[in-house]
Amino acid sequence: MVFRHFAPRLKSYICRLGTDPATAEELVQETMVTLWRKAAQFDPAKAAPSTWIFTIARNLRIDAIRRENRPEPDMTDPVLVPAPAALASETVEHRQRDARLRHAVMALPKEQRAVLQLAFFEDKAHGAVALHLGIPLGTVKSRLRLAFARLRRTLGDP
Amino acid sequence: MTVTHHPGEELLVEFAAGSLAEPWSLAVATHMALCPDCRQAVADAEAIGGALLDGLAPTAIDDDALDRVLARLDTPAPATRMNPVAPGAVLPEPLRGYVGGDLGHLRWRRLGFGASQVQIKTANESAAVRLLRVPGGGSVPHHGHHGPELTVVLTGGFTDGQGHFLRGDLQQTDPSRRHQPRSDPGEPCISLTVTDAPLDFSSRFMRALRPWIGL
Repeated sequence: MVFRHFAPRLKSYICRLGTDPATAEELVQETMVTLWRKAAQFDPAKAAPSTWIFTIARNLRIDAIRRENRPEPDMTDPVLVPAPAALASETVEHRQRDARLRHAVMALPKEQRAVLQLAFFEDKAHGAVALHLGIPLGTVKSRLRLAFARLRRTLGDP
Repeated sequence: MTVTHHPGEELLVEFAAGSLAEPWSLAVATHMALCPDCRQAVADAEAIGGALLDGLAPTAIDDDALDRVLARLDTPAPATRMNPVAPGAVLPEPLRGYVGGDLGHLRWRRLGFGASQVQIKTANESAAVRLLRVPGGGSVPHHGHHGPELTVVLTGGFTDGQGHFLRGDLQQTDPSRRHQPRSDPGEPCISLTVTDAPLDFSSRFMRALRPWIGL
């Protein structure tokens, strides 16, 4: 069941980003409410449930904690430049893609995974990440690029 | 027309992670609207975020959390608003929403060098966001930056030491580099620019003018 699996992990995610447990609890519930309300919009062919849940929690947190808006392209906007057919028709089915990704994240060298985790779970600019890991900023950026490129290769993207 | 200048991967990952502040995110999102490749890259980074979320150790939640969620589901969802758009619009979302419409809605304010600007407000005031319009064949005075700058071209084009930039292209300028962008001849070059510090003009005259023109 989605709630039992994701709610406790969402709480870990939000707490790791420096939010107190009571506010985190509130945000977890809001994420689940949004999730169910928008369930009809969820397209399993486009993204794994974990991806979708992550983006909902991320946006709610930006709104509630940082008090900022989250600018995003609007896929129904006629001005938006559509993807060419080759890119739009995903070659790897999403479940398979998700499984591959999970393995790939686990298979990353430890220092690359650490940089990725900090990028996603610390509300910090890369300068702060560099300080935290005790490595120069240039190294953080190149490790992040490497980790991202390696993961994307496993998804069959260029 | 293909976009050739893209944000660095670390910027796309920061955008996907949600750690990039709103002003910079607006530039990345505006580029993404015009660049399917970067939309895919962000989607992949979001999938990585999802996988990392899935891999986190669980934290105990309140016993009644599910009941409270179900109770909240009984109240109706707030309606979502759609922005109508005229055919042939130039500005993509989310930018159009920020300025309240397409090019025809803009109130340009003149700057000193034949250029004009529209300042854009975001909830995060640590960086200045503006639309900048430079007439065809014009140039922005030689300047450097105390902080990073992102520029997304919306109409026309410009050239500087980094290359030639056309609609959809995103230029990422680091603090150390000084440049003097020149717009292509022909139609005006309109771009979205985000800067986190006042421009550092090479000319003393431009520096003296800065408080008056809002750059």
